[in-house]
Amino acid sequence: MLAYILRRIAYMVPTLLVISFIVFVIIQLPPGDYLESHIAELQSQGETVDEGKIAFLRKQYGLDKPFYLQYLHWVWGMLHGDFGYSFEHGLPVSEVVGDRMALTVLIAFATTLFTWLLAFPIGVYSATHQYSWGDYGLSLLGFIGLATPNFLLALVMLHLANVYFGTSIGGLMDPQYINAEWSVDKLLSVLEHLWIPVVIIGTAGTAGMIRRLRANLLDELQKQYVVTARAKGLAERKVVRKYPLRMALNFFIADIGSLLPTLISGAEITAVVLSLPTTGPLLLESLQSQDMFLAGSFLMFLAALTVAGVLVSDLLLAVLDPRIRLQGGTGK
Amino acid sequence: MNSAAAHFVSKKPFQPQAIEELSPEQERYHLASQWRLMWWKLKRHRLAMVSGVVLLLMYGSIAVTEVLAPYNLHTRNTDYIYAPPQSLHLFHEGRFVGPFVYGFDYHLDLRRLRHVYTPDTGDVQRLRFFCRSDPYHFWGLFESRVHLFCAARGGTVFLLGTDRLGRDVLSRILYGARISLTIGLVGISVSLILGVIIGGIAGYYGGVVDHLVQRAIEIIRSFPELPLWMALSAVLPVNWSPLLIFFGITVILALLDWTGLARSVRSKLLALREEDYCAAAQLMGARPRRIIGRHLLPGFLSHIIASASLSIPGMILGETALSFLGLGLRPPITSWGVLLNEAQEIEVVKLYPWLMLPVVPVILIILAFNFFGDGLRDAADPYKQ
Repeated sequence: MLAYILRRIAYMVPTLLVISFIVFVIIQLPPGDYLESHIAELQSQGETVDEGKIAFLRKQYGLDKPFYLQYLHWVWGMLHGDFGYSFEHGLPVSEVVGDRMALTVLIAFATTLFTWLLAFPIGVYSATHQYSWGDYGLSLLGFIGLATPNFLLALVMLHLANVYFGTSIGGLMDPQYINAEWSVDKLLSVLEHLWIPVVIIGTAGTAGMIRRLRANLLDELQKQYVVTARAKGLAERKVVRKYPLRMALNFFIADIGSLLPTLISGAEITAVVLSLPTTGPLLLESLQSQDMFLAGSFLMFLAALTVAGVLVSDLLLAVLDPRIRLQGGTGK
Repeated sequence: MNSAAAHFVSKKPFQPQAIEELSPEQERYHLASQWRLMWWKLKRHRLAMVSGVVLLLMYGSIAVTEVLAPYNLHTRNTDYIYAPPQSLHLFHEGRFVGPFVYGFDYHLDLRRLRHVYTPDTGDVQRLRFFCRSDPYHFWGLFESRVHLFCAARGGTVFLLGTDRLGRDVLSRILYGARISLTIGLVGISVSLILGVIIGGIAGYYGGVVDHLVQRAIEIIRSFPELPLWMALSAVLPVNWSPLLIFFGITVILALLDWTGLARSVRSKLLALREEDYCAAAQLMGARPRRIIGRHLLPGFLSHIIASASLSIPGMILGETALSFLGLGLRPPITSWGVLLNEAQEIEVVKLYPWLMLPVVPVILIILAFNFFGDGLRDAADPYKQ
C-alpha cells in the first residue's frame, strides 16, 4: 500500500510540471501582454502612464525576458507561494482570490450536500423500482435537469425569486450587507440568496449522479450474491442495504476527485449570471482581460486540485475496496 | 400404471438432426451482419426510435432552412421591435378561415418606455403557403423567393416574436440550428478520428508508446473542462473571421473530448491484438495500419461510435455556454448560444420572455441525443440480448 501511494505521488510531479507548462503557453498565446494593452488604454484616455511603475512590474515579473525564463520565473515563484501579481486588480493574486474563497467554498459545500441528499434516495428508488412510473418520471426530470443550460435556469430562478420572495437580484446578500461586519442579519441574507445557486448548480449534478447510481446499482442487483441473499430469506431492504448499495457507492468516492476543483472554480457560468462574489467570474474576467498571472495561477490551481483529488479518491477507493488494493495499483 | 397415456408414434420420417436445425428466423438471425443486428435491437428500443426520428427531422430541417423560415436570418422589421409571439388561429368569429394570425395594434408607452403590442381581432391576416417573400440564396446555389409559409400581403407572421432589431425569432432559431447542430457532429468527428488514431497506436504498439499516450491523456484529463474551454476560446484572435472562429471552437471542443474514446480504443486493441487472426495477419506480412484498420477496428467500431454519440450533447451545451458568455461564436454566425446571448439580462425574462425560446430546441436535441445514444450503445453491445 505504501509503495502504491509513493508511486502515485511520484507520478504527480512530472504531470504537474507538464500541466504548468501547457497553462503558461495558453496564457501567453494572445499577442501582447496586459501591460501593453493597459498602457494603450490609458494613453487613449489622455492619462499619463507611470513609467516607473510599469518598468518595475515588467522587471519584477520578468515580462522583458525570453519565454522560457518567464516560465521558470513563474514556476519558481509558485513553489515559494508567490502566485504573481494581478495587473487588473493591482494586488497579489493570492489576495484577490483569497477574498472570494470563503463564499466559493460555502457554495460548493452546500451544493455538494444538496446533490448527495437528493441524488442518493432517488437513485436507490429508481434502481429498486426499475421501469415503474416513479422510475420513468424521476429519470425524465433528471434528464431535463441535465439538458437545460444552467445559465438560463439561473435567469428564470432569479426572476421568480425576485417576484415571489422579493429577493434582491444578483449577488449573495442584500446590497447593504456587502461591506458590513458579519452579523445574524447578514447571515440570514446570505442564506436567503444561497439556495438559488445551490439548486441551479445542484440540478445538473444531481441528474448525472442519479443516472450513475441507478446504473451501478442495477448492475449489482443482477449479481448472484444478491440471489443468494434473497434465497437466505433476508428482507429486501436489508439485501439492498447490506451488499449492492455498498458496492454502488464506490463512485460517490470516485467523485471526490472532481469535487475539489469545483470548490475553487465554483460553477463559472451560473456564478457569472448570478453575479456571485465567487471565484468563477474572476476567472472569466482574468481570461478576457489577459490578466495573465491571475488566469494562469487559477488554471494551475484547478489542475493541481484535480490531480490531488484523483489521488485522494484513488487512495480512498483502495482503502475501501480490497479488490483494488490487492491488485497493487494496476486498476487504473 | 396409467393406461390413459396412449402410445403414440409420429408418422413423420425420422430426422436425427431436427434439434440442431435452425428455423428460418434463427437462420436469418445467425447470418445477419453486425449492422443489421444492431438495427433490429435498436428497433425494439422505442424511446431511442422516437428520438432518432426527432433527430432526423431536425437535421433534415437544416437542409431546407431557407424554405422553412418565413423570414431571412437578418431581415429587420423595424416597425416591429420586441413584438410578442403571434398565436396561430383557425376560426374567426366561429367561422373557419384556415390558419391566420391577428395583426398588431401598436403604441409606444412613453411613461414606461415600452413597446406595447395588442392583437387586433378585427385584422385577420391569412397565412400564405408556398408563397414569395424575402429573397435568399439557397445554399449559395441559386436565388429563390419561395417559402413554405409567409405573412399575408402587408401583414406579419412572428410565431415566436421578434428581437431588439425586429428580427423574427422563429427564423433565427431555424437558421441557428445549422450551426448548433453541425458543431456537435464536426466536433465529434474530429474527436473520433483523434481518438481512434491515437488510441489505436497506443493499443497496438503497447510498451513505451502506450505509456506516453497514457500519461498525455491523464494530463489532458486533469484540466477542468470549462475553464480550459474558456481559456482556449479567449485565446482565439479577435481579428479572425467568424467562420474561422467556428472551426476554432469546434477543434477546442474536440481537443478535450478524444481522451475517453482513445482509452476505450486502446483497451479493446490491447485485448484483440493477442487474437490468433491478428497473429495470422502479421505472419502474412500485413502492415500495422492494415491490421488495425482492416482487422481490428471493424470489430468494435460500432460500439465506439455509439459511445461517441453520447458526447455530442456535451459539445452542443459547451458551445451554447461559451457563446452565451461571449467567448464562443460571434455574430453574424448565428447559433442557439448566440441567440441566447441576447437573453442575458434579467429584463428579458421579465419583459420579453420569448427571447429565451431558443433554449427549447437545445433541450430537445440534448434529450434526443441522450436517449438515442443510450439505445444505440445498448444495441451495439454484443453481450446484451
